[in-house]
Amino acid sequence: MATAVGVVVFPGTNCEMDAVAAVEGLGGDGRLLWHGDEDLTGVDAVIVPGGFAHGDYLRPGAIARFSPMMGAIARFAADGGSVVGICNGFQVLTEAGLLPGALQKNSGLKFLCQPTVLRVESSDSSLTRLATVGSELSVPINHFEGNYTCDAETLARLRDEDRIVLRYVDNPNGSVDDIAGVCNEGRNVVGLMPHPERACDELLGSADGAVLISSLLDAA
Amino acid sequence: MKFDVMVDVRLRGGIADPAGATIERALPALGYDGVAGVTVGKTVRFAIEATDEAEATRRSEDLSASFLTNPVIEDATVMVTPADGPTGDHA
Repeated sequence: MATAVGVVVFPGTNCEMDAVAAVEGLGGDGRLLWHGDEDLTGVDAVIVPGGFAHGDYLRPGAIARFSPMMGAIARFAADGGSVVGICNGFQVLTEAGLLPGALQKNSGLKFLCQPTVLRVESSDSSLTRLATVGSELSVPINHFEGNYTCDAETLARLRDEDRIVLRYVDNPNGSVDDIAGVCNEGRNVVGLMPHPERACDELLGSADGAVLISSLLDAA
Repeated sequence: MKFDVMVDVRLRGGIADPAGATIERALPALGYDGVAGVTVGKTVRFAIEATDEAEATRRSEDLSASFLTNPVIEDATVMVTPADGPTGDHA
C-alpha cells in the first residue's frame, strides 16, 4: 500500500498541493489534514508545508503551533513518526518547540525567490536517508524569514550530534553556519527552508528534491 | 480588577532588523542627519482581569514569554497599570 503522507493545511498555507503532487508523483498517497482536526489515523508521515499560516501574524508559526493538529503531530513525532516542515512549516516546527532555533529575517533584507544549491551533510534523518552525504542538490527557496539562528550552545550541539542535515553551498540569507535544514534528537523531525516539493520534476527546472521526498516516503 | 497592559517587543541584539535598517538609511535623504541606532519592534496592548497588580503582572509576563515573544530572537518589557487610572475610584 502506498505510504500515506498527511499534509497540514492552516488558514494561509499555500504549498499544500505542491507537496501532495510531489508525494503522489513519487508513489505516495498525499492527504490534506485540516489544522483544526487532530486525527492522524492511517497517516504514515507528515509534511507541514509552506505558506503564511494564520497570516504570519505576530511571528511566522507563532499562532499555528496552538492548532489542535500540532498537538497530534507532537505526539506522532514523540512516537517516532516522521515529520518534515518546509519553509513556513519549518518556522511552525521551531515555534512549536519540535526543532531548535528560530528563523529571522534574511540578512540581505530582501525576500528571496531563487534556486539554491544544497549540500547533503547527513543521511541520518527522515528527509535525507536516501541521499548521499556530500552530494549537491538544486532546490529553490522562497522566503523573507529564512535566516536560521540559534544560541552558541545549541549550534555546538547541532554540530556535535550531526543534526545539520543540509547546508547552503552559497549562503543566500545569512543563516548561521550555512544551515538550510536541521533535525531533532530523534532524527525523525526535520525542518528546512528550501522547497524540495517544487523540485521533483525536470519540467520545474530540477528533480533534485525527489531524493528528499522519497526519503520521507521510505522512512515512513 | 481590570489592568491595562502594554508589552514592548524588541528584536534582540544581533538579530536582523530590515525595517530599522531601511528607515535609518532613508533618514539622511530626508534631511535628518545624526540619527543612529534605529530599531523597529512592536507593541501589544490588552486588558486583563486579576485580583491585584502582582497577579496581573505575573500572568502578563507569562503570556508574553510563552506566546507574544520568541526568546531566541526577541526581548520584551511588560508594563501594567490599573485600568481605572491612578486614583482607582471612578464610578
